[in-house]
Amino acid sequence: MEKRLQELKEEVLQKIKATLNSKELNEVRVAYLGKKGPITDLLKGMGKLSPEERPKMGALVNEMRQKVTEVLEEHAEKLEQQAIAEQLASEAIDVTLPGRTVRIGNRHPLSRVVEEIEDLFMGMGYEVAEGPEVERDYYNFEALNLPKGHPARDMQDTFYISEEILLRTHTSPVQARTMEKKEGANVRIICPGKVFRRDSDDATHSHQFMQIEGLVVAEGIRMSDLKGTLDLFAKKMFGQDREIRLRPSFFPFTEPSVEMDISCFKCGGSGCNVCKQTGWIEVLGGGMVHPNVLEKAGYDSTKVTGFAFGMGVERIAMLKYGVDDIRHFYTNDVRFLSQFQETEA
Amino acid sequence: MLVSLNWLKEYVDTSALTDAELAERITRSGIEVDAVIDSSYNMSNVVIGHVEAKEKHPEADKLSICQVNVGADELQQIICGAPNVDAGQNVIVALPGAVLPGGMKIKKAKLRGEVSNGMICSLQELGVESKLVPKAYAEGIYVIASDVAPGTDALDYLHYRDTILELDLTPNRSDALSMLGVAYEVAAILNTTVTLPNTAITPIAAKASDKLSLRVEDTHANPMYVAKVVQNVKVQPSPLWLQQRLMAAGVRPLNNVVDITNFVLMEYGQPLHAFDYDRLQTGEIVVRKATEGEKIVTLDTQERTLQATDLVITNGKEPVAIAGVMGGANSEVTDETTTVVIEAAYFEGQGVRQTSRRLGLRSDSSARFEKGVDPNRVQKAADRAASLLVELAGGEVLADDVVFDELNKEEKQIIVSPDFVNARLGMKISMDEMKGILERLQFGVTAENGKLTLAVPTRRQDIVIAEDIVEEIARLYGYDQIPMTLPQGATQIGKLTPYQADRRVVRDVMEGAGLYQAMTYSLTSSVAAQKYALKKAPVTKLLMPMSEERSTLRQSLIPSLVESVAHNVARSNNSVALYEVGSVFLGQNEHGQPYEEEHVAAVITGKWLDHAWQGETKQVDFFVLKGVIEALMIKLGLHERISFVKAEVDGLHPGRTAHILLDGEMVGLIGGLHPATQKEAGVKDTYVMELNLFALLAAANDKPLLSYTAVPRFPGMSRDIALVMNKDTAAGEVVAAIKQANVKLLQNITVFDVYEGDKMAEGKKSVAFSLTYLDPEHTLKDEEVVAAHNKVLKAIATIEGTEVR
Repeated sequence: MEKRLQELKEEVLQKIKATLNSKELNEVRVAYLGKKGPITDLLKGMGKLSPEERPKMGALVNEMRQKVTEVLEEHAEKLEQQAIAEQLASEAIDVTLPGRTVRIGNRHPLSRVVEEIEDLFMGMGYEVAEGPEVERDYYNFEALNLPKGHPARDMQDTFYISEEILLRTHTSPVQARTMEKKEGANVRIICPGKVFRRDSDDATHSHQFMQIEGLVVAEGIRMSDLKGTLDLFAKKMFGQDREIRLRPSFFPFTEPSVEMDISCFKCGGSGCNVCKQTGWIEVLGGGMVHPNVLEKAGYDSTKVTGFAFGMGVERIAMLKYGVDDIRHFYTNDVRFLSQFQETEA
Repeated sequence: MLVSLNWLKEYVDTSALTDAELAERITRSGIEVDAVIDSSYNMSNVVIGHVEAKEKHPEADKLSICQVNVGADELQQIICGAPNVDAGQNVIVALPGAVLPGGMKIKKAKLRGEVSNGMICSLQELGVESKLVPKAYAEGIYVIASDVAPGTDALDYLHYRDTILELDLTPNRSDALSMLGVAYEVAAILNTTVTLPNTAITPIAAKASDKLSLRVEDTHANPMYVAKVVQNVKVQPSPLWLQQRLMAAGVRPLNNVVDITNFVLMEYGQPLHAFDYDRLQTGEIVVRKATEGEKIVTLDTQERTLQATDLVITNGKEPVAIAGVMGGANSEVTDETTTVVIEAAYFEGQGVRQTSRRLGLRSDSSARFEKGVDPNRVQKAADRAASLLVELAGGEVLADDVVFDELNKEEKQIIVSPDFVNARLGMKISMDEMKGILERLQFGVTAENGKLTLAVPTRRQDIVIAEDIVEEIARLYGYDQIPMTLPQGATQIGKLTPYQADRRVVRDVMEGAGLYQAMTYSLTSSVAAQKYALKKAPVTKLLMPMSEERSTLRQSLIPSLVESVAHNVARSNNSVALYEVGSVFLGQNEHGQPYEEEHVAAVITGKWLDHAWQGETKQVDFFVLKGVIEALMIKLGLHERISFVKAEVDGLHPGRTAHILLDGEMVGLIGGLHPATQKEAGVKDTYVMELNLFALLAAANDKPLLSYTAVPRFPGMSRDIALVMNKDTAAGEVVAAIKQANVKLLQNITVFDVYEGDKMAEGKKSVAFSLTYLDPEHTLKDEEVVAAHNKVLKAIATIEGTEVR
């Protein structure tokens, strides 16, 4: 009987090891350890043994049963591992294949520049003011110290709708309108918008373009405030290392007037093709608001002063992003527009 | 304005600075120097040669073989192709080794078998613009009339060793439209003095007034007129130095008389005109307004028709010049002229501007009159011209000019306090420093009681108010010296208006949905202007458009967006999704200004989803774009108030177009382009939409504050129903009918299937809806759902031709 037990043990263990999956293994379990299995038969046969042999044999059978169960569990674990491994292997994917596209558009580069400037100045207490693209001659010219027949009107060739109505040639009429509306109160505004000039469209000219202007009116506003403000602007838009230089200039609506250059962001000032070897790039114009402009808007120019500045948004964008043809901004080629996706610090 | 530094240095000493430094100082003080040009173009080996002999080239008709003395031991053989080369001439020779401005390198060469040891040059070959070369030499080599030793450096002899500053003058600085004006500016910058030109004349005994009478009829347009008579003038080419001065200033030399008037124009900024006294015929000058339709042939041989607003100089009978603009051919100085009348006048700027603009005649003269000349230089310029006529044309000046003069020549007074200046600059410049700066600028300065009383030089017509003085002080003190501060005092919080903030949200939503922001022009063609317009309103047109294509203000953004799609498709960018936020222009208000309404529009074409390797690609369709609009409405909190109603719009597909209603009011449209429109534009399936942003954002801003609704704690139940309905019944009608029934527990209705295949009866379709019922207070019981669902079914039953499957 002992021998039979030994043979049985070897047989079971062999069968267990031969199983390839949990189903086969379960069949083996049922066949040998089940109620109708040979081990149960063996135990049933114990009655025939002597009382001395019975405990010995019982221990042997239990030992064998334990061993078989152990091996069985071990093998079950192995089979499971094997099955998981097979599943994982079959489920492997090529992770380099492209993901499912999530469509995402982006701002037009001109809007991007405008919003960047708006945000900078809102942080300094400016409001964003807007006005009509079709303006009255009064707000576009006369309120800005450009009476009819003024030679400086030559500087800006105008699209007229009628003798008194025109497409605004700059965003300055928004300044005039805002001052008038404020009725003598302090003003801090930034005015973005579309403007129009009689120009034939080419790489550097556009009959429609964008400007953004700033205006501060209050008691005690000084030219040094303009300079400090512009310095902040230049550093935000073109980098902390930028230096500015102001040059005297002329605009009918400011006195004194300035033009601002920034140190070239490409060469740092040593001279390159971007700055035309001068080390400086002309960026904007500005000045102290002309007393005639203040008076026309109802301010007492002996008490209140102001500064204003303005720039072409296309120019800023062209400089900032290295765009070489102004027409790109208006043809809306997706290969152009999609280049302005990523964020900037 | 072109400034020859050789010329400038006759009036002001700039030797302390290099030319580049000088240019930089001028720029930093307020007049921008656009370019610093070396008029020798760094040439060398260019000398004067004497042509000793000339013979025809045996092999070439147009070439001459010249033997030229270039100051060397032997004559040099040079082949020359110019028709005007001849023996006995002094010419400009570029010797081997010379590099000409065009980059041409001169080498020993053989031309058709004959040796050539250099090149005989035209002025153009030395870098002079063709329009400035004296007419006699415009088509050939330049011949030097005077005696000069062969071998002399030609650049020295012809005054080409010079630097030209190109000034970009702002319109206010008309004082710098003259060499003397620039000299004053430079002297102020360098803190030095100006040496004035010689204007001394010794007149002969005869009196001008015996030969010439003057009458000015319009004393407003012509407050001052000086006529000088110079006789026994010999008209001939000007000396080389004078010709070179003019060419450097951009003026073509003609003859000594005309050259002198131009020279003085450039020197003083005072335009002059020279009449041939004898050709005036009448001995009379009358300045008057032209009669309507009066004609004159100007110096450029064009006949001009005048208007009653034009000012003319006449001989008492007929016009001999258009005042300040151009002289007449009938009184022009010729080679035979012996007696010259020099006119120096002050013509009022606006009139000159109007006349020169209308006639399209902008001259060096008109440009200066338009901006206002210096009242105190009219007489001086006349004297200077007369003195040069004596010196360079052998003329004799008659005594006592013929003069009319009612011109105010007083210097303007401005009183300014140092506090005023410093308060505006944010600086602390002392009164003494201010006084010093203003004196350098030639202002008369009296400092008393803490104020500066200033007399403004009359050439500085741009200085009118105290703020102008602030700029004068600041620019010479140096804008670099201004400190950097920020505005002080109370400030508001800077923020966007609700409209502006929401407009940014609209952009964010459109971009989040995958559309790129586009920008197009407000001006379009008159045909495109009203296409797709949401409202009927008169259009606004330009008075004088540059082209029909950009003649009218748009009333819809869609046409230019479709144009942008066509641009892309033509470049094989076949999938395009764009949106734009921009104004449309509707009708006119009482000022004649159109009402500007901001819209948002979008256009999509090509593939919306392109994930081919997993078999997922999707072409754009109506519902893609509708989904974008719905997302936008959810973001704006307007989705419950928006509806889509089938509509017909010109240019759009009649079966695929809807009006978009907000609270029942039309605020937009969506649709597929009509196949004919697509064909015309060269695009495939394309969908467009446009919304009135003013209306949307006004509604978005006029709603209760956002508040939370409890997340349901009890599960809802859903019931699906499939309806067989008439093909032309819209699913929206079913939804509307169900909503109308106001079933309390009904939370949500969605369409989950639409079938129109051949399994359906003729004219029928199947639409399946999923209905969700929910009570936030408790778990629904079956009978509650049944009761609610029955109400829904009852509502559906009211729609004709619709039944539950």
